[in-house]
Order: sequence, then structure tokens, then C-alpha cells
Amino acid sequence: MSEYIIECRGVKKWYGEFQALKGIDFAVKKGEVIVILGPSGSGKSTFIRTINRLEEHQAGDIFVNGVELNNDVRNIAEIRKEIGMVFQQFNLFPHLTVMDNITLAPIWVRKWDKPTAERKAMELLERVKIPEQAYKYPGQLSGGQQQRVAIARALAMEPEIMLFDEPTSALDPEMIKEVLDVMIDLAKTGMTIIAVTHEMGFAKTVADRIVFFDYGLIVEENTPDKFFTDPKHDRTKLFLSQILH
Amino acid sequence: MTTATDVTTTYEAPPRTEVGVLGWLKHNLFGSWFDTILTFVSLGLLYVILVPSVRWAVTKANWRAITTNILILIHGPYPQTQDYRVFIAIGIIVAMGIASVFIYRGKSTRSRQVMTLIWAISPFFIWYLLAGFEGSTILPLVEYSKWGGLLLSFILAIFGILASFPIGVLLALGRQSNMPIIKWMSTLYIEVVRGVPFITVLFMAQVMLPLILPPDVRVAGMFRAMVATALFSAAYLAENVRGGLQAIPKGQYEAADALGLSTFQQMYFIVLPQALRTVIPPIVGQFIGLFKDTSLVAIVGLLDFLKVSQSILSQAGFLGAQKEVYLFAALVYFVFSFAMSSASIRLEKQLGVGQR
Ligand SMILES: Nc1ncnc2c1ncn2[C@@H]1O[C@H](COP(=O)(O)OP(=O)(O)OP(=O)(O)O)[C@@H](O)[C@H]1O
Ligand SMILES: [Mg+2]
Repeated sequence: MSEYIIECRGVKKWYGEFQALKGIDFAVKKGEVIVILGPSGSGKSTFIRTINRLEEHQAGDIFVNGVELNNDVRNIAEIRKEIGMVFQQFNLFPHLTVMDNITLAPIWVRKWDKPTAERKAMELLERVKIPEQAYKYPGQLSGGQQQRVAIARALAMEPEIMLFDEPTSALDPEMIKEVLDVMIDLAKTGMTIIAVTHEMGFAKTVADRIVFFDYGLIVEENTPDKFFTDPKHDRTKLFLSQILH
Repeated sequence: MTTATDVTTTYEAPPRTEVGVLGWLKHNLFGSWFDTILTFVSLGLLYVILVPSVRWAVTKANWRAITTNILILIHGPYPQTQDYRVFIAIGIIVAMGIASVFIYRGKSTRSRQVMTLIWAISPFFIWYLLAGFEGSTILPLVEYSKWGGLLLSFILAIFGILASFPIGVLLALGRQSNMPIIKWMSTLYIEVVRGVPFITVLFMAQVMLPLILPPDVRVAGMFRAMVATALFSAAYLAENVRGGLQAIPKGQYEAADALGLSTFQQMYFIVLPQALRTVIPPIVGQFIGLFKDTSLVAIVGLLDFLKVSQSILSQAGFLGAQKEVYLFAALVYFVFSFAMSSASIRLEKQLGVGQR
């Protein structure tokens, strides 16, 4: 088996006539923390969503854990089991309690029994520091709390990989830190993470690699040190000058 | 300077005109000059309409038209020697209703499951109680053509509701499906049925059902009407449900997909519960309409509640009792429709529609 947990070769994606991904070559080792940066519309979300088949790629190959992502629904199911995803808009299920949000997939997809799933859910809620909210509904929580529930919900499936798509962009400034802290802890436990985020603190402290997207291509990738201090590409320099003032 | 405790522990009572009877009157009836005028106009209208009606109802009206025919109104030509079965059935349903109020509010999951099971099997049980068995002396067969009155109206409405629900949900999902054939078939069905009057569907069921079924199977008119009601209602239900489905944000589907839920699980646990919740009001409205529309089955020869009510008018003693009979019939339809409507409001509150 390959040394990579995720391998993408020449991944291309069109929305109608518009080409959003123009051939992405990209590989991640187990335990790596990758931060994806890039201007708006550069294809960051599209790319990470192809990894768990929320978007279908139309050319190129994607392998997750050695399983090829193709039209075979068994492969898709297999791959989705191993990938947790956290969205910008949380996407919690508003009609279910926090506990039910977290235990639904472990019970029905992983086929755990209910007590086991609930025990695991409580552990995770402790880890994201909101055990006292277990029996509330998402609508009763703050944005930061909701996003931490969303992280717990994804972790409950015991995935090998976590995808984050701008997890703090919909949050008020005072809530960003509580979510970032959880993400940083997670990175330190050795979880494989791919995160689209503009939180430079996160990128600098825990990222192993920064990947820079523009116009549907990876323009540059490097360690955070080199990426921030010595960007090679003009577009990278421009982007950095804009976000770092 | 006040300390923090002062701020949280002391409070002022609201002004007297804001609370109690005075407050209520002010807010609800005399909030402004315009409100005040509306209040008085409404009171005047109520007086003009209600007072003579009530006076007629208690002094002039001949309610014997109703009281002597009450059994006919309840069950039509169902044989009177057997009609205790109808009342046992009503008794069972009332008892289940009362038991449910306590059990579903209670804590025990076990008894709730048992109650749900009882509800699930009760229709079959009640059906055989009413229909009886060939050759039985205890529960002799009562032909379906003898089922009438409120009993028939209820059976049509309840069956219509129960059967149209799953069909309607499937049609709504079908119309949203990615598979073209399923999508077209569902759309075609929905649009065709919604494009014709209920009476047409009733006649079609009378004519078509015998064509589809094997020739030696004879279906009672009541069954044909039941099928027609369910199939007709399903098309409207599908459109209501579709409205609910469209209100579900894309993110809900994506979250369910990302967690690895199957399409069925995604529908069952995530999409339908939310979609159905948002469309409780229109669905209940539709079911109220269905209940009232059962009065149309008289056209294909069935003796529903309205039809037997009218039949009273041809009895020698009650030739001129139109007012009493129609007022009573209207009242009965109203009471049950209103009950459904209030039940739905209660259900909405319980499920927290509108609050996210
Ligand atoms: N469903 C869609 N249909 C058509 N075009 C789309 C769709 N989703 C995305 N696009 C287009 O694809 C391009 C890439 O979008 P994507 O969401 O991946 O960008 P992004 O890098 O995540 O940007 P942002 O930082 O704003 O989230 C954009 O030009 C966008 O308009
Ligand atoms: Mg994006």
C-alpha cells in the first residue's frame, strides 16, 4: 500500500462550462496537517469536497486509504466512513438534540449500540468542553458551541481524516478561539487534517504544509515557515501581502 | 452607585394598565381608535346574527328530526340489531384516545411502544368487529352496502388520510428523484390527479377498478370510494410535502452524506422529519378538506353522513326540517374539522414548528 492516506492525481472538475479544478496533484501522509489557502473562488471548497464525494470529479484519480473514489457506492460509503467533515455553516440537524446529532451516524452507520455511542458522545463533548449542552437543541447554542458540536459529531465516527471548510468564518470573533483551540488539540493528537482556513495562527502553529490554490490549481506548497517568509510565486506574494496587511 | 446584587434582585412591578384584565382589554380590544371601532362593529354584528339564531334554536326549532334519527345519522342503514358493534368500536377508539393522552405524556418508553402497537393493529380489529364473519352467529356479516352515516364518512376519511400519507410522501420523493422515469411518472400522476375534480376520480374508481381486478372479484362501492379518496388525496399531499422538502437547506443533505448515512437513512432521519414538520398546517388543512369531501361519495350511491341527513327530509314527519337538519350537519362537520385543526396546532407547538 502507498505511504499516502490521500492521493489525488490530475483531479479536474467542471460546473457546466466553467472549470473549477484544473488538474490537482496532491497527497497527504497519515497524521499530516494541511492548511489550504487561496483567494475566494479559487476552488478550495470544491477540492476538499471532492475528497468525500460531496462533489464528483470528472477527470483524474482520488484514492483514500487505498480505496479508489469512483461511482461505486460501496467505495463511496467506505471512504465517507473514514472522513469527517466540518462545514462553515455547522449544518447541525436542528430537529435533533446535540446527543442525537452526535450518535446518529455511529449507531446507524457504524452499527454501535446506543449506550456505547452515547458514552463516546459524552467523551467527545467533554473534549470540546460542552458536556452540559448534551440534551439541548442546536438552536439553543451559540455559534461557537454549535461548531464544537459539529466537530464532535464528525469525530464520533472515529474517522482517520478530518476536513474543515472555513470552520470559523461564520463565527463572531470572541468565539473563534474556542473552536480553534479544539482544532489545535485535535491536530496535536495526530489526526490527519485538511483545513481551509484563513486563521494564520492555526496555520503557523500546527500545519505541516500550506497549500496555495489559485484559479483551480495548486500554485505553491511549502512548510509554514518557508511559505510565509519566502513565498516563491508572485500570486502567493500578492495574496500574503493582502491578508497580512 | 448600585452594586451588582441590587440590579439583579430588585425589580419594579409593571404599570397596572399593562397587566391583568385592564392590560388584556387595552392590548386586544382598545389598542387604538381603529381597534375600538372594530371591536364595537364586531360585537354589533355578533348580536345581530347570534341572538335570533339562538332564539330560533331554543324556542322554534324542532330538534326531534335529529333525535329520532340519531342512529341513522351515526351509522346509516347498518342493521340496528347489530349496531352495538358500532358503539363498541367508538368506545374502543375513545378509550385509546384517553389512554394515549396519559401514556404519551408519561415517561415509560415501554408503554408508549405498546400504545403505538395498539394503534397500529386497532384498525384491523375494528374492521372485523364491524364487518363480522361469514356464518358467524356472534358477529354475523354486515354487508358493506349497509355501512353509512357518520361511520362511513369517518372510514373514508381515516382510510384516505392513512393511505394517502405514505403514497403522497413517496410521490413527493419521486418527483424530486434523479431518476428520470420515476420523476416523470410521479409528476404525471400528481398533475393528472390534481387536474381533475374529485367526483371524476370517484366515477373512474367505480368504472376502472373492476377493469383492473380479475373479473370474479367484486369490490364493494365503499372500497372503490376508499381507493379513490386515497389516490386523490395523495397527489395533493405530495405537493404539500414537496414544499417541505424544498425548504430543507442543502447543508442538511451534505452533512448527512458526509457522515456516511445512506440515502434512505438521510431521508428517514434528517429530511422527512424536518420537511413534514414544516408542512403540518397545509397537510392538516388538506385532511380537513378530505373529510368534508367525503360528502361527495353520495354521487356514486354511498350513504354518507350528509346523504343520510338529507334522507331525513323525506320522512313524513320531518318534511320541512331543512334548517334543523342542515344546521346540525354543518355543526357536526365543523366540530370534527375544528378538532383536527386544534390538534394540529397543539402538535405544531409540541414539535416546535417555527422555532429553530
Ligand atoms: N454549484 C456550483 N455551480 C456552479 N459554479 C460553482 C458551484 N460551486 C462553486 N462554483 C464555482 O467554482 C469556483 C470555485 O468555488 P469554490 O467554492 O471552490 O471556491 P473557494 O475557493 O472555496 O472560495 P471561497 O473562499 O469564497 O469559499 C467559483 O468560481 C464558484 O463560483
Ligand atoms: Mg469555500
